[in-house]
Amino acid sequence: MKKRDMILTIIGIIALFGLAFFVQEEMDSYIRRIVNLCLVYAIIGLSMNLTNGFVGQFSLGQAGFMAIGAYTVGIFTVPVEYRENIFYAMPMNPAIADIELPLWAALILGGALAALFAFAIGTPVLRLRGDYLAVTTLGFSEIIRIWITNAQSITNGALGIKDIPPLNDVRYIFLVTVICFVFITLLVNSSYGRAFKAIREDEIAAEAMGINLFWHKNLAFMVSAFFAGIGGGLYGALLGTVDPKNFLFTLTYNFLLIIVLGGMGSITGSMLGAVIVTAGLEYLRFFDEPLMLFGMDIPLFRPGFRMVIFSVLLMVCVLFWRHGIMGTREFTWQKAIDFVKNPLGFIKRKGAAQ
Amino acid sequence: MILKTKDITMQFGGVTAVFKLNIDINDGEIVALIGPNGAGKTTAFNMVTGVYTPTEGKVFYTDAKGEQIDITGKLPSDIAKLGIARTFQNIRLFKDLTVYENVLIANHLHLKSDFLSATLHLPWYMNEAKQMHRNTEKLLQEVGLWEVRNEKASSLPYGQQRRLEIVRALATKPRLLLLDEPAAGMNPKETEELTEFIRQIHREYNLTIFMIEHHMDLVMEISDRIYVLEFGMTIAEGTPDEIQNNQRVIDAYLGVDEDA
Repeated sequence: MKKRDMILTIIGIIALFGLAFFVQEEMDSYIRRIVNLCLVYAIIGLSMNLTNGFVGQFSLGQAGFMAIGAYTVGIFTVPVEYRENIFYAMPMNPAIADIELPLWAALILGGALAALFAFAIGTPVLRLRGDYLAVTTLGFSEIIRIWITNAQSITNGALGIKDIPPLNDVRYIFLVTVICFVFITLLVNSSYGRAFKAIREDEIAAEAMGINLFWHKNLAFMVSAFFAGIGGGLYGALLGTVDPKNFLFTLTYNFLLIIVLGGMGSITGSMLGAVIVTAGLEYLRFFDEPLMLFGMDIPLFRPGFRMVIFSVLLMVCVLFWRHGIMGTREFTWQKAIDFVKNPLGFIKRKGAAQ
Repeated sequence: MILKTKDITMQFGGVTAVFKLNIDINDGEIVALIGPNGAGKTTAFNMVTGVYTPTEGKVFYTDAKGEQIDITGKLPSDIAKLGIARTFQNIRLFKDLTVYENVLIANHLHLKSDFLSATLHLPWYMNEAKQMHRNTEKLLQEVGLWEVRNEKASSLPYGQQRRLEIVRALATKPRLLLLDEPAAGMNPKETEELTEFIRQIHREYNLTIFMIEHHMDLVMEISDRIYVLEFGMTIAEGTPDEIQNNQRVIDAYLGVDEDA
């Protein structure tokens, strides 16, 4: 059974890889961009799901960790010869002015820096619980952004960094996504992952069972920040430019939406949520266009209206469908096979179980 | 002597929940802590297991090698690693996880692999993981929870949930087991089964048991010694027979006739 699932998973990944090649070669740049964004959002959504869904710690710092990753990529991958033009207001700090890294190295460095920062703030912050933790992590994410705005000789301040060698290769991003997903899946299924779930279920009992709360929470927080840093790095490379305003705390809510919709504590749910939210935000764009119906200007159709629709969707989801699409369940091959064999029976049984 | 508390006192602001409590527990004993509601029994447990740090006094634990360790103010997780496991008055299972997972998680504290080798499923972690699964399977079979291993913990009947909580504590391989009102809310038949179960694990797992309980039949039947607490102070200590005939204990439970 286990072997079969393993083989099917590998075949699935290869098939998706083939799809990535197809998208890269055959699709126009608009589709490519949406697919890339879906993948990047999936990485960051998953990283957020690790702390929020698996360890049950309500943390809202993802935008800050992304900013660290994105800026690391921005600073270290911009070709040295462009730097003088970009840093025209204040020259780049000479200590880093001549360092240029390949993208993969910058991504890992960005992830590592984000993890380091998470460790530093995790020590005091993770003693808090619930709303207090959310507020503090949100605050730290803003602190990162404001620090970036002011550290002009390193980050070019409010001007942002442009001319980052653009990355529009679906295959590259897909590969990173697969690595992230495999890593976190393995982590969650290891003994440490079970300890995380125990903390989510009952902190006091988990501690009485010998699970060191502080160390395990910090570990999850660091891994989460690491992948948010990598996701942020890809995000920066995808846009080709980074700007402090990209990383406002409102960005975090996109990922919150993804994991709430996909299911807190579900890896496949994060992927699903990311695709729905990203593609949804793109395809709902017609709400932002002025709409003429029978010669009348429909008043609500203005730029920004799709965000209203999305907020309503989120509220409906939280009110009536609190566990999201997947809940804490995962996609398994067994369920898929049962479904293909007998779709009606599968749905019936699922209904009976609930 | 496996556990010794020396004059432990717990104050919450102006309230003294426990005052100068001295408890000695010998290896292999079953010791009960009884007393009216609010006497400070659970507070005493919380001080032993590290949930609270005593305002005054020390807690000593003797490990398997015979070394006496001062565990006052250590983290609950470190105390669990030393071999003291506990259950809770209000059941605290990992509700949404299965019975099997509940017990498996309790093996985590003895894991030696670091998180990277665990994540990458490296061979030495896989060996440890296999051992954890074997331990869990063995334990569940021995205590008769094997049939329900795939049920969610919260879907078990009440009596079984209590039992699972004890089993989960057993999975941490304790030498000293603290049971906080294991028979709370049970009917006489369930209590009888539980008594038998506590006897069984005491015998088979080489345990010392320290428990808080209100069901006097259970306490009198299985305890070697009993401590009685009232308003945070020890009012009596002795064998079940001695306690049953102790005037102060009878007064504490039944009240004193003020006209007398």
